[in-house]
Amino acid sequence: MKMIEVNNLKKSFGKLEVLKDINMDVNTQEVVCVIGPSGSGKSTLLRCMNLLEEPTGGEILIEGDNLTAPKTNINELRQRLGMVFQQFNLFPHKTVMENVTMGPKRLKGKSQSEAKELGTQLLEKVGLVDKADVYPDKLSGGQKQRVAMARALAMEPHIMLFDEPTSALDPEMVGEVLQVMKNLAEEGMTMTIVTHEMGFAKEVADRVIFMDEGFIVEQGTPDELFDNPQNERTKSFLSKVL
Amino acid sequence: MMETINIILEGLPTLLKGMGMTIEITVISLILAMVIGLVLGVFSITKSKILRMISTAFVDIIRGTPLLVQILFIYFGLPSVIDISLTAFSAGVIAITVNAAAYLVEIFRAGINSIDKGQMEAGRTIGFSYAQTMRLIILPQAIRRMIPAFVNQFIVSIKDTSLLSAIGLAELTLAGQSIYAANFRAFEILFAVGVLYFIIIYSLTLFSRWLERRLDVA
Repeated sequence: MKMIEVNNLKKSFGKLEVLKDINMDVNTQEVVCVIGPSGSGKSTLLRCMNLLEEPTGGEILIEGDNLTAPKTNINELRQRLGMVFQQFNLFPHKTVMENVTMGPKRLKGKSQSEAKELGTQLLEKVGLVDKADVYPDKLSGGQKQRVAMARALAMEPHIMLFDEPTSALDPEMVGEVLQVMKNLAEEGMTMTIVTHEMGFAKEVADRVIFMDEGFIVEQGTPDELFDNPQNERTKSFLSKVL
Repeated sequence: MMETINIILEGLPTLLKGMGMTIEITVISLILAMVIGLVLGVFSITKSKILRMISTAFVDIIRGTPLLVQILFIYFGLPSVIDISLTAFSAGVIAITVNAAAYLVEIFRAGINSIDKGQMEAGRTIGFSYAQTMRLIILPQAIRRMIPAFVNQFIVSIKDTSLLSAIGLAELTLAGQSIYAANFRAFEILFAVGVLYFIIIYSLTLFSRWLERRLDVA
């Protein structure tokens, strides 16, 4: 089943056309990594998938529901799409536990104790249950990003979107974040990941998409794309990053 | 010296009554102004062009005219064209409210804009509506940063109420005037008036310092 379907997606910022004609899909339990040079439009593509950016043209279907149709309840739909940002965007005025339980309590009608149980479970999963009562500014970057994942997972999403989740981290913290993502992939979460971590993409992705200048240039399994790229631009990009 | 003190003590009951009126009108006006300021402040950052225009027009008009003119306009001007009669008290509340609101709009706008836009995105991504994200995530952070600016505006508004003496509202300044008009002891009475204003404003300053310290901890 197609969890995400993108048809002829276009996105411009003023005169600058960032996405030129994107067609792609993400299937159930599939892990798709999107790679490409800066400015290729990969983050914008991801941000269109939960309507943080409004597409200029084309359509996006999430589990068959048209994202931009007037009758779509975007707040309900976004609950099915967890998102993790490069800059974490934790709520600094809330404790770690509150960050995680706020959504389930307010939006899913969970009681305080249900939410806390769920929160504890998720913080255990990301290895931060001992930080439940501290505020985000006391955490390292890697810890913040793991809390951000727990917060997204608390809404029990069907799909997780990752926007360069390790790009703002010190190198020694990248591993702990990637490990949580890897566990998530092994549990069968459907994931779309914009990343510069080629090693991670190679190891975890079911499919890798290479974008450049607003187009999908090439896609395939990690083996196909990394070891036997067909397109010249893919080859040139990979020769620089690998 | 004894005489000075006696004159002040004699005038004190009237002055304290005036001070009560000053506080009452300030509190009512500022509560209303906070509500209007917040609503128009949010208007000023929405995508809707009409709402933004309403907010901008309000701020520009109110900031662009003197408060005394606004007070006189509301009390004397409006009733001469539309069929309402306002007491000096309600005219005073309206004038101070509207005036303070215009400045508070800017404080709210700047405060909300000072919060990283990733916070709104994170809230919306979880599934909160715009209004929920504003209420639960943006405003609690923004208001903390706005406190010094609020207090500044509150202080200005407290002092502005003295202009309401022009429409005969028996607040602190007019109370003072009425006393020295009868006993001609302007120095003593105006000195006492100044001290009473200072007491109100300094208490507010102390309160705000305490509040800021308390919120810093959280």
